[in-house]
Amino acid sequence: MKGAEAVIQSLLAEGVDTIFGYPGGAIMPVYDSLFDFTDQIHHVLVRHEQGAVHAAQGYARTSGRVGVCLATSGPGATNLITGLADAMIDSTPVVCITGQVASHLLGTDAFQETDVVGVSMPVSKWNIQVTRAKDIPAAMAKAFYIAKSGRPGPVLIDITKDAQFGDLEYTYTHCTQLRSYNPCPAPAQHAIKKAAELINNAKKPFLLVGQGIILSGAENELKELVEKSGIPFAWTLMGLSAMPTDHPLNMGMLGMHGNYAPNIKTNECDVLIAVGMRFDDRVTGDVNRYARQAKIIHIEIDQAEVNKNIAADVPVIGDAREVLEDLLPLVNENNHEEWIGEFLALRAIEEEKVSQEELFPEKEGLTMPEIIRRVSEKTKGEAILVTDVGQHQMAASRYFGFNKTRSNVTSGGLGTMGFALPASLGAKLGVPDREVVAVIGDGGFQMNMQELATIRQTHAAVKIVILNNNFLGMVRQWQQLFFDRRYSFTEMENPDFVKLGEAFHIPSARVSERGDVDAAISKMLESEGPYLLEVMVEKEDNVFPMVPTGAAVSEIRLS
Amino acid sequence: MKTHKYTVAVFTENFIGLLTRITLIFTRRHVNIESITVSESEVRGVHRYTLVVKTTEDVVQRIVQQIEKQVEALKAFYYREEEIIHQEIALYKVSTKFLDGQHNLEKLIRDNHARMLSLDSEYLVIEKTGHKHETQALLEELQPFGVLEFVRSGRVSVAKRMKELSEYLDEMETELQARVEAGKNQ
Repeated sequence: MKGAEAVIQSLLAEGVDTIFGYPGGAIMPVYDSLFDFTDQIHHVLVRHEQGAVHAAQGYARTSGRVGVCLATSGPGATNLITGLADAMIDSTPVVCITGQVASHLLGTDAFQETDVVGVSMPVSKWNIQVTRAKDIPAAMAKAFYIAKSGRPGPVLIDITKDAQFGDLEYTYTHCTQLRSYNPCPAPAQHAIKKAAELINNAKKPFLLVGQGIILSGAENELKELVEKSGIPFAWTLMGLSAMPTDHPLNMGMLGMHGNYAPNIKTNECDVLIAVGMRFDDRVTGDVNRYARQAKIIHIEIDQAEVNKNIAADVPVIGDAREVLEDLLPLVNENNHEEWIGEFLALRAIEEEKVSQEELFPEKEGLTMPEIIRRVSEKTKGEAILVTDVGQHQMAASRYFGFNKTRSNVTSGGLGTMGFALPASLGAKLGVPDREVVAVIGDGGFQMNMQELATIRQTHAAVKIVILNNNFLGMVRQWQQLFFDRRYSFTEMENPDFVKLGEAFHIPSARVSERGDVDAAISKMLESEGPYLLEVMVEKEDNVFPMVPTGAAVSEIRLS
Repeated sequence: MKTHKYTVAVFTENFIGLLTRITLIFTRRHVNIESITVSESEVRGVHRYTLVVKTTEDVVQRIVQQIEKQVEALKAFYYREEEIIHQEIALYKVSTKFLDGQHNLEKLIRDNHARMLSLDSEYLVIEKTGHKHETQALLEELQPFGVLEFVRSGRVSVAKRMKELSEYLDEMETELQARVEAGKNQ
């Protein structure tokens, strides 16, 4: 067997049925082999390799499987880097396979030669260059194992062209362990006991839900735990949808543009239980004034996250589901009505001062939150929300309702504009039976809008909502608040998005009047294939609440 | 927080590219690596890195955690100066003009516990092992006579604690196998 076919056979052995890619010189042998397997592998031809990797991320995030992409050497490979960095910081299992110049040309600055192993090192969980055909199956097996085990992440396999052409005796053995890699350490039972003691004695406990809940499949255990102990919880941006939005113990979103109550209460609780999250600076604000009064229990699979940003009183290293399973019987039944009442009082303030006018505006212009509310109501919490980065992302994260887990796909840690359009395509292909709504700003949309062609070609029924304020809204907001309203290069003269959508043969419409919004959204959701809806929103609205940079979370501003 | 000199010892599988992954962990945090030495260890197939850095304890702690997170890294430690026995080697290439009879070579070598490695018609090579300040002192002593070349190796060190690497590896192996058998290493 040729190395190129071994790549495809390895993908099949790993159960891969969908890949995202773009052909080119150094990966042509693999593409040639792929042509014989089109009945078993659905290859999605993207229009830019960045689109491939974001689509693979979207696929991984909704389906829970490994996202796979294929690219050629040089520019093909370097175009993957942003997506690798995104997947790295958001713990998304992705395997990228890149072609490389023939091994005798390595280091000669050959045509389309880039040291992609070197370039991708800081943004990959693991990577390898393969120069011999016989090494391909083992490298592929290791790549998949590392990508999906423990704290997931992106890996890259760079395969020289001569290795693709070379012969090997193909056998495939799944990688199930590596001596130097313990992806999922056994949680220490004494730490779990100590955590339970703290929880049982707490008067004002507060639980933070990170993406670790979703990645470990701990949604049920989490639900049982909070319901048994009566502990209110809030989620990080990446933890969204781990529980139903309308759960009575859900206090909303943490962080810079999160909700009022959970940010304030972080600095008033007596025990803070953080599960599967990493205390990003967007969550903590000033770390020196973050939950100093509380005992902190940090449940986390990645040892390197413990004490990295916030010191834990009781660190519990392990898989979230396993830890919560062990913790559950040790936790007493309880309720914290009075404490929860304090959250609800703050929520009422936020509703009165911020949400009411945003969701049910009396002013003329359309707001982002009212559009999100309409889409959310009409999809009844059943849809997958894909967001880009900026004001629309925060509005959507605050106001979209979820009933099911794995329903929020966004670029959290890296904040990659241009993420949402390709990610929504991958999200839809990952779970074809579910409705996928991509909410994107006018700026981010234009960063990867070429993927409309891929959406059209795959007929993926993605519903694209562009919230157009003709501004890079979040940057403009910061310019307004912190740079004396000096709107340095944030205003955009945009193309006609409707004509653009139509040019890609995607039904498209624009709405700018409140009275037309409902019908426009309904028409979009009722359409069979992909659909693009441009909504003209207020040019200079701001997202509040907000924890300004350097402030403590409890200094969150409502205006 | 106060900065100190720390010696970081890393034990790894032999894997191409790992050196870059490890150094990136330092440079990304703007920590300069003062010296680095890579060699085999007492356990067959296991390589050891010895790195010297000047930084704060919380930074070196996080660096070590990040190193251990690398797939091919087996174990990493950091030590303060008093927790290790360490050594460096220096070579000094000096012109034979030095042997003009006015300099007491024997005394210099004796006083510095150095030795002469090679003598050529034009140059001689002196070797000295010791801590950095010792090899540095000899350099300064030789400099007035013209040092043609000078090189100092990175630090090599062993820990004073008696627990052996193989014990750590056994513990890791036992824990990993228990996880594998429980089907929980995914």
